[in-house]
Amino acid sequence: METKKDSQTIAEYIKNWSRKHSLFVMAYGTGCGAIEIPATMTSRYDAERLGIRGAATPRQADVLLITGYLATKTLKRVIRVYEQMQDPKYVIAFGSCTINGGMYYDSYNTINVLEKYIPVDVYINGCMPRPEAVIAGFKQLQDKIARGDADNGTRYKENLDWYRANQQQVIKNWRMPDYNW
Amino acid sequence: MEGLAIKILGAVITTIVAFAVGMTYGGITRKLTARVQNRVGPTIFQNFIDLLKLQSKKTNIYHGVMGHFAPMWIITAAITVLMFIPVLHPGTAWYNSWFPNLSFHGDLIFLLYMMVFGSLGMALGAGQTGNPNSAIGVTRGLSQMVGFEIPFVLALVALMVQYQTTSIQDIMTVQRESGVWMMFSNPFSFLAALFASLGMFRYSPFDIVGAPAELASGPVSEFGGKYLGTMMSGGSIFAFIKLTLYVDLFLGGAYSIPELLIKTFALYMIPVFYGWVNPRYRTEQAIRYFWGWPTALGVIGLLIAIF
Repeated sequence: METKKDSQTIAEYIKNWSRKHSLFVMAYGTGCGAIEIPATMTSRYDAERLGIRGAATPRQADVLLITGYLATKTLKRVIRVYEQMQDPKYVIAFGSCTINGGMYYDSYNTINVLEKYIPVDVYINGCMPRPEAVIAGFKQLQDKIARGDADNGTRYKENLDWYRANQQQVIKNWRMPDYNW
Repeated sequence: MEGLAIKILGAVITTIVAFAVGMTYGGITRKLTARVQNRVGPTIFQNFIDLLKLQSKKTNIYHGVMGHFAPMWIITAAITVLMFIPVLHPGTAWYNSWFPNLSFHGDLIFLLYMMVFGSLGMALGAGQTGNPNSAIGVTRGLSQMVGFEIPFVLALVALMVQYQTTSIQDIMTVQRESGVWMMFSNPFSFLAALFASLGMFRYSPFDIVGAPAELASGPVSEFGGKYLGTMMSGGSIFAFIKLTLYVDLFLGGAYSIPELLIKTFALYMIPVFYGWVNPRYRTEQAIRYFWGWPTALGVIGLLIAIF
């Protein structure tokens, strides 16, 4: 793992270190992946030892977990949750469904590629990924944060027009609040 | 002028000690809870890391003046109350140099008022965010406060009546001169206050305010980042305040910092232990709990103090 320690200022390095070791997770329990979250959090795999703990609301959360396929109806809620989260924020996508649609690839009401609608930092593949894989995914995200590469929120803001166009393509009745973040 | 500078330095040191102790106790509790659940758990300094992260988050939301003001209100209230608490026994060397603050001027009745000041700030701030979960959380919090304040006040009134003083320092002096802690000379009042402390610390079964899975953390549900971090710091200082007040009133006060830490930690573990084996109460169950045996014990303590 090569770090960009030299290119970061000391303040930025300390901030990233604390971000890496304290990830508040907003588990958006869609699809089948939601069942892997309790297993990851509780006694056997214990994600809290890595500083990962659940957050109750999007305002307090750092990481948004998308745990499976997204119906277009669900996507609307995901976008609202994602936009309410405060920078710096990260997105982890679970399973094949978020990568290419998985077994729902030809469904009429699920989206196939999550990356088109919100930026994703880490994909964990599998159908479904086991808790070991989930923790490995978190580790990858931690490395990314430590390198200073996790710029999810900025990417979304910079390419907002593209993401909005994609979102409005699948969400026909677009009645969403405007966020001025 | 030099005296003033020393006093300000002493106040800063008191605040830092209270903050560090409160945060570390929270971290130790998280670790112990994890061990009880057969997990490894985070380090005991996890709360400091969380705070550092929360303070380094950006905040781009505006929930009105009170929503912005509430965390400051809470931490201000916490530090104000802290200034009126005698951290150590008056007369000991450490106390004279670093911890006198304003403790000579504060009395118990004043403290009873000031201790709900932080909750008031939280209630106003949560009200302005407009989140329904916050409103329900605030209602629950105030109801619970009505519950546990009654045995708490009964216990304190019993002490005030028995020793004809409202000063915390006088009550500490009584214990020093007689050599008997209040928890042995006034056991009923101590038990009432102890039951009240279960509600004050808001661990299970009295975590009806936060209720993570039910109310999405209640009053703080719209506060993230720096707001949440400031509230966390204020809460840690408040935890230290309550523990130190209990030690001063019932456990004979402390002569040195290590003694204070041992006594406060022992007290802190009571609500934590009680929480491990209990699920959450509903609001009316919590109030019925506090208005049952704890209040009865408080009344018995008061009657003993009067006659």
